[in-house]
Amino acid sequence: MTEQQVMVTSSAGLHARPASLIVQEANNYQSEIKLAKDNNEVNAKSIMGIMGLGVSQQTEITVKAEGEDEEEAVAAVVKLIESGFDE
Amino acid sequence: MDQISVEKIIDKFGLKQLNQTPIKNQITVSDIKRPGIELAGFFDYFTPERIQILGRTEISFLTELPLELLEERLNKFLGYQIPCVIITRGLEPVEKLIEISEKNNIPILSTDSSTTSFISCLTTYLEETFAPQVTRHGVLVEIYGVGVLIKGSSGIGKSESALDLVKRGHRLIADDAVIIKRVMRSKLVGTSPEISKHHLELRGLGIINVKTLFGAGAVREAQNIDLIIQLEKWDQQKNYDRLGLDDEMVEILEVTVPRVVIPVKPGRNLAMVMEVAAMNFRLKSTGYNAAKEFTKRLENELKDKNS
Repeated sequence: MTEQQVMVTSSAGLHARPASLIVQEANNYQSEIKLAKDNNEVNAKSIMGIMGLGVSQQTEITVKAEGEDEEEAVAAVVKLIESGFDE
Repeated sequence: MDQISVEKIIDKFGLKQLNQTPIKNQITVSDIKRPGIELAGFFDYFTPERIQILGRTEISFLTELPLELLEERLNKFLGYQIPCVIITRGLEPVEKLIEISEKNNIPILSTDSSTTSFISCLTTYLEETFAPQVTRHGVLVEIYGVGVLIKGSSGIGKSESALDLVKRGHRLIADDAVIIKRVMRSKLVGTSPEISKHHLELRGLGIINVKTLFGAGAVREAQNIDLIIQLEKWDQQKNYDRLGLDDEMVEILEVTVPRVVIPVKPGRNLAMVMEVAAMNFRLKSTGYNAAKEFTKRLENELKDKNS
């Protein structure tokens, strides 16, 4: 299991478009990828899950992955979130 | 939630404050205490962090205590860090109680309800507030009254199965993210995050609103979780349960829930298999276990042949 914390900086938080970009990125990897906030954990390959997590700007979330390519997966998702989704 | 303010309890139950103290205490436990034995002098297992309820018994006991003893007991009782004291039935407390509570900054509150019914309402409210909660990936549906949490990796067909089930007259509670709360210590209740309520995401179609498409009868706000159905890619190497004799249990928030693993193969009618799983669960909970009955019949037959 690999995990890393990341701060969501994009202006409107993880709304529909960023969520779909995360799902797209996550689907490139075999690993089970999860996003966690407080006690709540959702699948990063599911758009409803990510939107349901309700992540607003300046919230810290944890990206977790388990599987063969877990390290690459976490790095890629964290990089995408850090990039601010080019907004 | 980890704590709730006394102020919120006052609002919720319409309590009156009987003394003059600032109300800023927090309640951190869901249990309630009737401090009868403490007022009689036994403080060994006292739990001051709980809300203290004084009913008719406690109040009349205090009224009958000699003044000196009353002062000693109340000083000890209210010397603890108590969030608040609630007096039921609108009873009048003894003067000393007000005086000493003000000195110790403990709010004394009053309700008109009877002790037992007030305790029951308060417990239910506190249990709900302090219920542990997690969010899990999965789809929650109600099939023939059985709450089924469908789990499995993404793309395996959870949402499609849910749609199929809704078409067959069952109900959707949550898609993809399920908020699970433990209530009354042994029950799990699932709801949807507010934002995704009544919605379903289908590959190729995007987000659809189940309530507008299928009507109010196709959705539910909350549902007990009775059964977990784990969808898995069909694996030739793996042995699947062929008899259904052993119940596999999994733990969520320290509550055990039975789980069945259903292998997924193209062309397998998952919604129907889930309907049968739910019906079989109902049958089992009424005491009939098809697998056990079947093996019993087989055993009897073999015995008969031997004799």
